[in-house]
Amino acid sequence: MALAAGVDVGSTQTKAVIINEDLEVLGRSLIDTGANVVKAAEKAYLEALTESKRREEEIAYVIGTGYGRYKVTFGDTQVTEISCHGRGAVHMFPKTRTVLDMGGQDTKAISVSETGEIVDFCMNDKCAAGTGRFLGAASTALDIPLNELGPTALKSTKPVKISTTCTVFAETEVLSWLGKGKKIEDILLGVHKSISSRSVALVRRVGINKDITFSGGVAKNIGMIEVLNENFGMKVNVSDESHYMGALGAALFAMDHIKTSRVPAGGVS
Amino acid sequence: MNKVKSKEIVGRGTREGAALFRDWFQDLTQKAKKDETAAYVFVMGSLAEILRVFDLPMVFPEINSLQTAVRHVADDFLNTAEDYGYSPDICGYVKADFAMQMQNGDHPMGRIPKPGIAVLTNACNTYFKWAEIWERVHEIPIVSIDVPATREAGTRTWPGDEQFEREKKYVKVQIQELIEICEKMTGKKFDIDRLREVMGHANTMSRGWKRVLELNQSRPSLFNALTDGTVYLGMSNVFRGTPEGARFFDRLVEEMEYMSANSIGTLTDEKYRLSFIGVPCYPIFRRFNEMFTEWGGSFVMSTYLWFAAGGTNLGVQYNLDNPMDSLAEGVLISVRDAMDSMFHPELTVLEQTNEFSIDGVVYHPIKSCRTTSAGMADNRRALMENSDLPSLFIESDMMDSRVVAEAQMKNRIDAFFEGLASRKAKVAIGEA
Repeated sequence: MALAAGVDVGSTQTKAVIINEDLEVLGRSLIDTGANVVKAAEKAYLEALTESKRREEEIAYVIGTGYGRYKVTFGDTQVTEISCHGRGAVHMFPKTRTVLDMGGQDTKAISVSETGEIVDFCMNDKCAAGTGRFLGAASTALDIPLNELGPTALKSTKPVKISTTCTVFAETEVLSWLGKGKKIEDILLGVHKSISSRSVALVRRVGINKDITFSGGVAKNIGMIEVLNENFGMKVNVSDESHYMGALGAALFAMDHIKTSRVPAGGVS
Repeated sequence: MNKVKSKEIVGRGTREGAALFRDWFQDLTQKAKKDETAAYVFVMGSLAEILRVFDLPMVFPEINSLQTAVRHVADDFLNTAEDYGYSPDICGYVKADFAMQMQNGDHPMGRIPKPGIAVLTNACNTYFKWAEIWERVHEIPIVSIDVPATREAGTRTWPGDEQFEREKKYVKVQIQELIEICEKMTGKKFDIDRLREVMGHANTMSRGWKRVLELNQSRPSLFNALTDGTVYLGMSNVFRGTPEGARFFDRLVEEMEYMSANSIGTLTDEKYRLSFIGVPCYPIFRRFNEMFTEWGGSFVMSTYLWFAAGGTNLGVQYNLDNPMDSLAEGVLISVRDAMDSMFHPELTVLEQTNEFSIDGVVYHPIKSCRTTSAGMADNRRALMENSDLPSLFIESDMMDSRVVAEAQMKNRIDAFFEGLASRKAKVAIGEA
């Protein structure tokens, strides 16, 4: 049975997924991208292989995605993370029509068809406002680990209003609220609400259609999930695997290629 | 196919256009060195027909400015203008021109003469403020021709309609005022026969321009509307009403008809035929186009070739027996169409989708031109509501490389083509 792999080289983290012909995930890995993008791609791929307990020779096709997709030097072709997140989301949650992917450096709103093809998409432009980086700035300013931001924010009863949308200025504003004696949880919920409101505006540009699936690294943040549910007025789909959505989509395209050569056009080198 | 003839004729338009452009800049340089002035005009309604009667050399500041971007020196000009206090948000064309004015007209293509008069229409709101800068800096007269625009999408009036005839008179009176000012300025008497001669050449050019645009319905496309088209567009503006311009377009039509008859296209493997809405990304002019051609995408039409040609794409033919009335009518129809091409592009795009076999539409709003960009998001929505044409929305600038992010742009373009490819694959296997 042939296997397929997807390697998603993001600005912050690199993810790899190995699947079989039944589209079951056999192995996956997640590492920090760091400065050497080529090595990060290789390392993530090999770690996923190790977890799958399969041999490299069994992998029939590899697709690279993410901003570093052209650095997946061992890959067979490349597909953008926009297509891959759409594909991964519809596979994971078949009723998905809208995908909100919140990564380290960009946030994407993607409208998808029932088969996972991209109908429309919209991204933040040349500015990291409303992305995971915004949370990173708050984490630094408040000296709280990233994985504790969400749970802490949910303890808030009186969130502050974070007026800036600029990631650079966010830290200053957070510190000024601290100076005014505001509770950390209130500041943090304010930060989450600020990001959420910007993301919802982005999604509006492609149309808010049920179901909405939330993907990317920030989808691990319970606070962001709650705030998005409130803003959208519906529960967003999210899973423990949401972080791997792009890599999974790439692996699915790779399996398409193996089975029916349905991969979107030959990659551009 | 005759290989010798093919070699001679294919690509002739871009070669001859580039040569004529160099000559034009050299001529302007000579005039600048002799301290002669020129009429500063704009691409959306230059009134070249009148200015040529008085032998006034013309300068197109928009073309000068875009040349600085194509030649990768625009940033120097923009920084200079910003040092004088111009905001980063102001039109990049204006700033590059202002910096050039402050540097004695020095330009990568030569030296540009100072203005002696400026003529503008209301097709772009910035034209007014731009001309006022020259008025203050050089103390020159500015003549603005107010051309009534379409009040609401799809409600244009035509010759014989009461409103049209009223508006034509309004334009004609303004053209007469322009003539009086030119007479005073040059000391020359207006010559109606000379006007007929110029209008005759303009007729040939408009006819040719319209035909060239239509011929790109051929498969594969004969020219790239974004790259080759910009050269032809420059010719249609700079040489309007001249024998050189008329000859150029006659020969261009011949070239395109030859290519069409022999199935010679601009791309060897044309997979996707695209329509472009907006102004090109001049800071990475070649690379921008490559990001599409690498996928087999070719721009077969562009709204830029309509509005930046001052609406001459309609091929309006002047009646030389009644030149003044006919000129007013032509200016009204053409400049109005230029404005419609900016504000309601989806109407024509939808009309031409089948004729040009369009696979997708690329919207390119730019930071420094709100006039062409402000309504694009809504326009795209209208296009999506009225058709199932896939579209791409990418933002950058026509001048300012500081807001051109190639990596992000490529990501979006690749995703757009992935969607197009997927759609084509589904059609091929009967799923769509």
